[in-house]
Amino acid sequence: MTWVMEPLGDSAVVIEFGTTIDKSILEKVTVAVAVIEQHPFDGYIECIPSFTTVTVFYDLDQINLHDLYSWTEQQNADKEVSVFDYVCFLIRQSLVSIILPSEDNIQSTSSAESQYRNHVIQPVHKVTDIPVCYGNEYGPDLEYVATYHHLSVEEVIAIHCSYEYLIYAIGFAPGFPYMGGMSTKIATPRKATPRLVIPAGSVGIAGTQTGIYPLATPGGWQLIGRTPLTLFRPNQHPPVLLASGMSIRFHAIDEEEYHYLQQLHPLAEEGI
Amino acid sequence: MTILIHKPGLLCTIQDRGRKKYGKYGISISGAIDTFAHQVANRLVGNNEDQATLEITLSGWVGEFQSDQWIAITGGDLGAQIDGKEVPMWRPVWVRQGSILVFKRVVNGCRAYLAVSGGLAIDKVMESRSTYLRAGIGGLEGKGLKKNDSIHIQKSNLRPPSSADLSTDPFYSFHWSVAYSVLPHYSQSPVIRIISGRQWDDFTKQSQRLLCESEYQITPQSDRMGYRLQGATLQLHQPHEYISEAVVDGTIQVPVDGQPIVLMADRQTLGGYPKIAHVITVDLPVLAQLAPGSSIRFDRITLAEAQSLSIHKRHQLQLLYRTIDEALRPLTIG
Repeated sequence: MTWVMEPLGDSAVVIEFGTTIDKSILEKVTVAVAVIEQHPFDGYIECIPSFTTVTVFYDLDQINLHDLYSWTEQQNADKEVSVFDYVCFLIRQSLVSIILPSEDNIQSTSSAESQYRNHVIQPVHKVTDIPVCYGNEYGPDLEYVATYHHLSVEEVIAIHCSYEYLIYAIGFAPGFPYMGGMSTKIATPRKATPRLVIPAGSVGIAGTQTGIYPLATPGGWQLIGRTPLTLFRPNQHPPVLLASGMSIRFHAIDEEEYHYLQQLHPLAEEGI
Repeated sequence: MTILIHKPGLLCTIQDRGRKKYGKYGISISGAIDTFAHQVANRLVGNNEDQATLEITLSGWVGEFQSDQWIAITGGDLGAQIDGKEVPMWRPVWVRQGSILVFKRVVNGCRAYLAVSGGLAIDKVMESRSTYLRAGIGGLEGKGLKKNDSIHIQKSNLRPPSSADLSTDPFYSFHWSVAYSVLPHYSQSPVIRIISGRQWDDFTKQSQRLLCESEYQITPQSDRMGYRLQGATLQLHQPHEYISEAVVDGTIQVPVDGQPIVLMADRQTLGGYPKIAHVITVDLPVLAQLAPGSSIRFDRITLAEAQSLSIHKRHQLQLLYRTIDEALRPLTIG
């Protein structure tokens, strides 16, 4: 497993595990996050995973200057070292204990890494089930999507529900999943005029992406349904339902079940 | 023990140092956009830096203190007055019950911080009292303050000034203030220091030069999320779609139109535009005090220099806090 580290501004390090959107790279990202979160250093704030990178944020005011200076003295004095170099050293120390060193070009997974993946982090194939009430007021653009592709609404729903979608990142809004894997059979361009308000829980399509809106926001997605699940619940921990590295699967429910599930509160952490 | 808002002005929000450990959930940091002014305001009234302050934007704010209070005003000079008398900044001020504080006109900067001794009695959401406008959480119902909002204040650990110090003036203030030499280089047309971004080399040599040698204006489409700049167009060697990854406060990203945007406190957690550079942490407060129409220049320095400046600032602040604590000692209870 190889990676590169680069600065992101003066208080963060980006660790890049690859340059393509790919499940095997996401797995490395997920492992790295788990390792770094379990080995925090003085000044560590948090990790933010995304498709191919993990960004480690640190607080310059909390870095242990004593340790920094003694480490600096041990370094080769002919090149300037910075706090960034020291933080990279700290991160590398924890990653190397689990993952092959970055200089190593062997592509196979080390046994330590696979052991770690099996025991320490939740298996990446965890699937969260997302119930969706399709069409009508819940999915006002379902008819349009069907017409656009010369399909029936039932076919659109069946296609949308027949895949597992891997969550590559959480961003844009609290708990919003960036997902891969939607069928091109129902890929539909965004609306020409964005709606002023899209209700929380709306499930939509934008180009080849499908997504779920955690908050009521303006947006131009084609809305095909709505889930009664709460994706963002600021007073619980974790405050969002989904995480990067998880997979989700949609399944169709009727209006009655939608209302029933909406009243079940708080929601089960493990999906339904 | 409350502050009653008569007029919120352009935008007034409750902010602290933000939500720093929730980025992986897609949650913005929020928090005071001029972190320096926010922290120092707190220390001047005996609070720790994590207490919430009011972030007041430009002019028009009017509020009433419904009890005697120690307060401090820092950040941009928005012409604070009580009963027609100018309230000095960057120092503790004792105000009386019924005093009405008005921010009359912008003298310089664009955001003032009002700290009240004891701090604002606001519930924390995800470990922070900061207002997260886009998600509608934190602060007071997740919104900017409005007329007749009333904010409770926690118990202060400072005594009132001695009666000998009190006169018929509308307020009493200390005779010392934070030295200008410690403040960020607030200026209306500053030079902002930057370091290269991850995609610096993907931009043409000419774009790199233009960023560092020409002037950029802050446009009216600038807010707590980001400052949109207008100036020389920046171009990539060739168009390229980048995979979204984390961004930081001060990231300068360049959308397709070639006009840079500097990301600020309310920014999203991930971004997909190329990052040509980053404003260094030490200079973010300077940028935070610029209103639309201001012009800036960029000066590129090395990462090591940026981090040394941060460490130097940390030492300076620690010294400042010790000096303030010493000056407040006679008033401190317990």
